[in-house]
Amino acid sequence: MADFLNTGLGTALSIAAQGLMVIAFVMISLLFLVYGDRKIWAAVQMRKGPNVVGAFGLLQTVADALKYVVKEVVIPAGSDKPVFLLAPMIAFVMAMASWAVIPFSDRLVLTDLNVAILYVMAISSLEVYGVIMGGWASNSKYAFLGSLRSAAQMISYEVSIGLIIIGVILSTGSLNFGDIVAAQDGRFGLFSWYWLPHFPMVFLFFISALAETNRPPFDLPEAESELVAGYQVEYSSTPFLLFMAGEYIAIFLMCALISLLFFGGWLSPIPGLPDGAIWMVAKMGVFFFLFSMVKAIVPRYRYDQLMRLGWKVFLPMSLIWVVVVAFFAQFGAFGGAYARWAVGG
Amino acid sequence: MSVADYAFYCFAVVTVAAGLFVVLARNPVHSVLWLILAFLSSAGLFVLLGAEFVAMLLVIVYVGAVAVLFLFVVMMLDVDFAELKAQMVHYLPLSILIGVVFLAQLVMMFGVWQSADGAAALRGAPTPDPAQIHNTYALGQIIYDDYIHLFQVAGLILLVAMIGAIVLTVRHRPNIKRQNVLAQMYRDPAKAMELKDVKPGQGL
Repeated sequence: MADFLNTGLGTALSIAAQGLMVIAFVMISLLFLVYGDRKIWAAVQMRKGPNVVGAFGLLQTVADALKYVVKEVVIPAGSDKPVFLLAPMIAFVMAMASWAVIPFSDRLVLTDLNVAILYVMAISSLEVYGVIMGGWASNSKYAFLGSLRSAAQMISYEVSIGLIIIGVILSTGSLNFGDIVAAQDGRFGLFSWYWLPHFPMVFLFFISALAETNRPPFDLPEAESELVAGYQVEYSSTPFLLFMAGEYIAIFLMCALISLLFFGGWLSPIPGLPDGAIWMVAKMGVFFFLFSMVKAIVPRYRYDQLMRLGWKVFLPMSLIWVVVVAFFAQFGAFGGAYARWAVGG
Repeated sequence: MSVADYAFYCFAVVTVAAGLFVVLARNPVHSVLWLILAFLSSAGLFVLLGAEFVAMLLVIVYVGAVAVLFLFVVMMLDVDFAELKAQMVHYLPLSILIGVVFLAQLVMMFGVWQSADGAAALRGAPTPDPAQIHNTYALGQIIYDDYIHLFQVAGLILLVAMIGAIVLTVRHRPNIKRQNVLAQMYRDPAKAMELKDVKPGQGL
């Protein structure tokens, strides 16, 4: 990591250009993700969904984004102006920053960091600040309650996400995404991936990811029936757009993480077919579809149930799983399925 | 100057300035936010030193968990800041005196600081060669292989502290209604409710 900073200015500029490409990829996929999300809910609810702007309404998100940008920014009178404006920027920038270490194939990666997973964990623990600061600076009770709820929720589920990731790290013996994916490469295609040995944790990770990104059924911070819209109540125009975009980028990042950690990243599911970035993008798309189906189908949790699930169910389960994986890996159980560092990592 | 030098000066200046604003900010919530910035830029300094694992842990533990709790507490506090400021002026001469005495002591101590001949080599002995192994491995080796017993003892002390905090604050309140989640989940719908055909105008 420090080597990267010892490069000359020219290299630094080319790295900045590559960074811009990643941002462009994320932003463009964001446009279609929001559209896809709305179309999927519409299909579940037997509506048509966006269908006016562009062919099949494909450009609806572009129109919405433009509308947000040209609207007036309303800043509440009693608010803390610098913090109020800083909060959405933090939410957006932090969601974007994690993409620096996400690999799309063994060659296509912006920063091949040794501690890539820790970096993602660190950045996602910063995302909570956008929410807390926004809620506090709004000087509104609804916003403040929403932000407190959200912060407690994000911290609770981060713990179990961290423990689940430790299981994968134990199996691989590395914190690098490239090594983790390489360790899942095997003769049996999709049956060599980590979802099989780490089977129960895939579900726990998916549900924790829903809670971590404040997606339904865990969207209590913005539960409109009780809190209007939680920490976003006072936001309008571009700041609101930034919050919204940050949320979707964080969801997309979780899709990427699930694909990388449990579903072999860019490896092809069928032995013989070539690996490549296309598989990675396809897997992310499939998980995003699951995220949106959950939003359309599952009713919202109650707050005490959410906390109980996080601390009394997920935390003990993932803790026990870390111990189990450590034993399996040490003694080479199941033909070394849990000790892949000898194989790839 | 290479990019690393620019990055160093950038992080160093931000760390010091943020630390200063932690003390100077009028609003305590702003103080905590400046503190978070100081943590973040010191994490940047750790990265420049090649200790990326420590840098990431600093962000995850201090910024992601400890500072959030700080922020919670400070936001919830209802403090009269004008009164606090008045008291600060009152105690300022005394605190400056204590600060000067402390600084003088530090200067006196470091003035006569002498290290034994082999001290540098002894301190460096447990550190593996950073060029050979990655620093996450190196830390893991030191903590979990070389000093495993000390590490376990440290964990035990923390556990005792945690149990102590729980024992001190736990209250047993009788006659309180608690939710029994398992009992709720295993309820039999057939036993829980009864359907009755009510004739109009009669009631049960």
